[in-house]
Amino acid sequence: MRWKPRTWPGGLRASIPLALPIAAVGVSFGLLAGPLLGAIPSIAMSAVVWSGTAQFAALAILASGGGTALAGGAGLLANTRFLPMGFAIAPSMRGGPLRRLLTGALLADASFVIGHRGGGQFDIRAIAWATPVQYVTWVAGTIVGVAGATAIGDPSRWGLDVLFPVFYLSLLLPELFPERLQGNRSVPSAPQDFRPIIVAILAAAITLALAPIAPPGVPVLVAAAAALIGLRA
Amino acid sequence: MKTWLLILVLAVGTVLMKTLGPVLAGGRQPPAQLTRVIALMAPALISALIVASTFTQGQRLVIDARAAGLAAGAIALWFRVPAVLAMLIAVIVCALLRWAA
Repeated sequence: MRWKPRTWPGGLRASIPLALPIAAVGVSFGLLAGPLLGAIPSIAMSAVVWSGTAQFAALAILASGGGTALAGGAGLLANTRFLPMGFAIAPSMRGGPLRRLLTGALLADASFVIGHRGGGQFDIRAIAWATPVQYVTWVAGTIVGVAGATAIGDPSRWGLDVLFPVFYLSLLLPELFPERLQGNRSVPSAPQDFRPIIVAILAAAITLALAPIAPPGVPVLVAAAAALIGLRA
Repeated sequence: MKTWLLILVLAVGTVLMKTLGPVLAGGRQPPAQLTRVIALMAPALISALIVASTFTQGQRLVIDARAAGLAAGAIALWFRVPAVLAMLIAVIVCALLRWAA
């Protein structure tokens, strides 16, 4: 039987380019966390927390001699950005509260980006299907790192960490410049909407301004406030 | 023991933050004003993620090989190069710069 990639669920296909960079970051986490937390807790953390930002934030506190409570606080603070993301995808969701809870728990940064369809609409199926590749590679990467991937060395040496911003950018640009990059010729040319561009620049500026003074993750949360310019018609 | 408690707190807290919106505001169409804000939330958050994953190292602002890689990727994307190819270009630029340094 021939494998037909075209019939794969969209979110799954879109998440495949993430396999390598996520595994690489997972290896980094495993390398750093292994000696500090122990092998099994490090792998368990990746398996149940499944959030690089929070895990690295907590690890950084522990590594610098901070206590468990402080590490927990830093990790949670780093993930507060999921609050606005959750409220953004909520209107696109169907089904009862339990179903929404289970689907919402699958949310991740890249899935949010993959599922975004413009105009405040989200493809919840795509968000859910973007999970398997990201989850498996994250946990597998952690295991390799914990097992002591000293032969590979620091994965950032290969430049894989740059894949995240470029991947995000590939999904942001068509939204900012639909006329040029969406290739949607069937729709008569609409006037360029400058608001998404203004919001993107504003959010970037907020992130840069807060990064040196706020813990990792928090600048992204505050940057979401740039969307408030939408309150004006 | 403390480590396991930390893992539990992070796991439960993360799921709570991801699911609060879906549980409280799921499936309902919000007022028009709020819809416009939600529509702009994606470009805001994605732009912030790009900046955070390129120009920060912990709490330090840095311009390193990642910035060059991102610039190369951005130019490629602007000229309608497919995303996977743009990512490859960015990695090559980034790796070459690190290798040269």
